[in-house]
Amino acid sequence: MTETTETPIRRGVPLWAQIIIWVGLLALLVMVGVTLMKRQEGTIQPGDVIPDFSLPLFSGYEYAGQSEVKLSDFRGKVVVINFWASWCKPCEQEAAELQEAWEYYEPTGQVVFLGADYVDTEPEARVYLQKYGITFPNGPDMGTRISQLFRIQGVPETYFVDKTGVLRYVQVGPFSSLGQIQAQIDLLLAE
Amino acid sequence: MKTNLRFTFFVLLLVLAGLLVAPVSAQGAQPPTDDDVNAIAKELYCPVCENTPLDVCATQACAQWRDLIRLKLSQGETESQIKQYFVENYGARVLNEPPREGLNWLAYLVPPVIILAGAVFLVRALRMMKKPVAAVPAEGPRVEAPADDYIARLEEEVKKQK
Repeated sequence: MTETTETPIRRGVPLWAQIIIWVGLLALLVMVGVTLMKRQEGTIQPGDVIPDFSLPLFSGYEYAGQSEVKLSDFRGKVVVINFWASWCKPCEQEAAELQEAWEYYEPTGQVVFLGADYVDTEPEARVYLQKYGITFPNGPDMGTRISQLFRIQGVPETYFVDKTGVLRYVQVGPFSSLGQIQAQIDLLLAE
Repeated sequence: MKTNLRFTFFVLLLVLAGLLVAPVSAQGAQPPTDDDVNAIAKELYCPVCENTPLDVCATQACAQWRDLIRLKLSQGETESQIKQYFVENYGARVLNEPPREGLNWLAYLVPPVIILAGAVFLVRALRMMKKPVAAVPAEGPRVEAPADDYIARLEEEVKKQK
């Protein structure tokens, strides 16, 4: 006579479930990785072609009667895109210089300034624009779409785009003088 | 007489209606309190100050947002209208809960699925621990049948030899 206990049947996780779990985990890891990489990328770099975007403009700050402008409308012109906000103290340091530069280049018709108001409230933004006598086209960065496109790190930041739509220079922080702005624009106009 | 009664009833109705409507009108005319503003602000996050709810954020940007909420409340806008305004202007990331659409569903589905899968795994592991891992022969006299036959045949042969 022989006595043995019953051998248990080892029921592991089915293969299809294992595949789903591993694929799911892998997908999550990839998503986390991509998000972290994007955060560490910094702003878009000179040499990058800027994807087209449209900027709605505040009433009173339109461009040639248009209440919304697209970057692609300005091919053949140098475009200066300035991100700012009314709550941003460093933005105040460069506001007057930017306006001065705009007044200098506007008659040439070869340079366009665009102000993108970042995470701001319109009443305060208007007060700011009036305070510094700004007249170049300005509008809200609706849904922070444009700032995400440029991957801005804060405000103020200014991007110089050449006549072909390629980013050529990034100014992080305020300009220290009018000459600094003019130097970049003149370089692009000379090409 | 009937006319007087009707008139009295009508006046009473008017007074009653006035009593019911008066508190609502008075409430609507009052400026929104800080609590009213913060009730909405605590569910919003300014992109400039990550991970800080709007109601406790000390920056100027957040103060301006709270002023805007106050203004919109005083204009009679509802909480959902105000939230919608902020989403349209600053993106869905200002909400403390992502809207239930597209890839955002992952944020709602993945955690419970992981918890459920973990629970199932734990239950299975505990059940496995209760059962013996491998078949072990029971203790007792080890008598083997083939040996018995052999011995029996051997003994029979010995007897025959005798």
